[in-house]
Amino acid sequence: MKRIYVNEEWCLGCHLCEYQCAFANSGINDMVKALKGKTIHPRIQVEGGNSISFAVNCRHCSDARCIKGCISGALSRDKDGVVVIDTEKCVGCFTCILSCPYGAIMPSSDHSVVQKCQLCMDNQMGEPACVKGCPNRAIVYEERI
Amino acid sequence: MNYDYLIIGNSTAAVGCIEGIRENDREGSICVVTDENYTVYGRPLISYLLWNKTTEKNMLNYRPSNFYKKNDVELILGVRAEKINPDKKTILLSDGQEIGYGKLLVATGSSPFVPPMKGLDTVEKKFSFMTLDDAKALAGAIDKDSRVLIVGAGLIGLKCAEGISDRVKSLTVVDLANRILPSILDEKGSGIVQKHIESHGVKFYLNDSVAEFKDGAATLSSGKKIEYDAVVIAVGVRANTSLVADAGGEVNRGIVTDLKCRTTLDDVYAAGDCAESLNSITGQKQVLALLPNAYMMGSAAGVNMSGGEKLYDDAIPMNSIGFWGLHVITAGDYEGEAYVKRDGSKYKKLVTSGGRLRGFILIGEIERAGIYTRLVREQTPLDEIDFEAIKERPQEMAFSRAVRKDDLGGAK
Repeated sequence: MKRIYVNEEWCLGCHLCEYQCAFANSGINDMVKALKGKTIHPRIQVEGGNSISFAVNCRHCSDARCIKGCISGALSRDKDGVVVIDTEKCVGCFTCILSCPYGAIMPSSDHSVVQKCQLCMDNQMGEPACVKGCPNRAIVYEERI
Repeated sequence: MNYDYLIIGNSTAAVGCIEGIRENDREGSICVVTDENYTVYGRPLISYLLWNKTTEKNMLNYRPSNFYKKNDVELILGVRAEKINPDKKTILLSDGQEIGYGKLLVATGSSPFVPPMKGLDTVEKKFSFMTLDDAKALAGAIDKDSRVLIVGAGLIGLKCAEGISDRVKSLTVVDLANRILPSILDEKGSGIVQKHIESHGVKFYLNDSVAEFKDGAATLSSGKKIEYDAVVIAVGVRANTSLVADAGGEVNRGIVTDLKCRTTLDDVYAAGDCAESLNSITGQKQVLALLPNAYMMGSAAGVNMSGGEKLYDDAIPMNSIGFWGLHVITAGDYEGEAYVKRDGSKYKKLVTSGGRLRGFILIGEIERAGIYTRLVREQTPLDEIDFEAIKERPQEMAFSRAVRKDDLGGAK
């Protein structure tokens, strides 16, 4: 399946991917209205500083511990292989946060459920907004294995 | 009837097993027998149900409604497996039916342990807190005027307290131990969480026990008298091992299994809360009664039952639990050198031993905890990572460039 991969040598550490992610998942059409003056809760997070930086988001593992350990069955894999969260079923126990080896699942803004990257298949973007908005191709969306 | 795969129990380990079998074998017949009258649900959700954080409908959607059909599973509800006959390779059900198996999974879970307590038989409204029916019975017996006494300050007792807190007048918890949640927390951690729970109106009597229930009041060993309208017994659980033991299989505190989840009986496997597995941190066999582990063990059993090969050799104790918004994530154990950081109700303890992370406790600040879990599970040599950085916070940056490339640049 197509996944998001990181080329860390090309990452500028600009954090634009985080803003693109927050915008894409805001449900608001206007980027200024969606983001201005707000604390963002992106599903992708940039690590590092001046010398090395890179973005981390869900790896959509084929052997996903988050799905296996989920106590409510809220995490599952859709027909395309995307690991998805059903926030109706999620009770916010954070067992997936305990389980994810990459630290790629996080509490939602109000901590009542979790959120995670769903490759923008759950919003209107249709393709990962972080990848589209990355100025230096430091994150790409492609088939590798 | 005769099935290629027969599963006793219909909870998480059973689901893991079904999904494990179907990775290898789409054709073989599968039958699940349960004494409950529900399709599978996540047991730990019962407290969230009572707290109105989920609904029964959502709970029973742990797997989609077509799960059994899609996996071609025969589901027998409301019938108890009474006996395994390993020579004939059959099990006997409470309705008199005898069912044959090719491979059998025992996933019978555990039962509440109710110690003998003086006068307990006179308590009219007393409950355990394990199953959906337990939760419904409790909910039906309490109201806004109820004073509820919970015996046991472990995971089950305290989640129960949270679950019913908005429905009752008062909550009192009694435990023989001198602190709460001793199975997952150290003393400091217990203190922090206790204080938080107390701030939500729960009263604790620790280092204490019920000497006698009489006329709607419990007299504690300390002499204190607590009036109650309902009592929840959450002292602990015991693995349901008798089916295997009676059939001549080896059991300790749980059903003895090898790394392929086989019991000592031919073609009989066991998984979940009824079984012992290898704690990969200590090297000891023990019952690790945790939902994620039940899934993993069930899944490994299913793969092995259907001709595949999967060792269940990376189990560790681990827990994620929250009380009134304060989250606690723990893994491994705390035998070693501790690094501790405390800031109000936020608490972090990382325990190292032999140059490896052996366990951790995070309270309040749980972000990216899974990176710590990974270090514990994989027993990563800490000299291969930037431990100072990862002590500060869990991060990919602490790993070598090569590991990062694997993690973020390649598919797993």
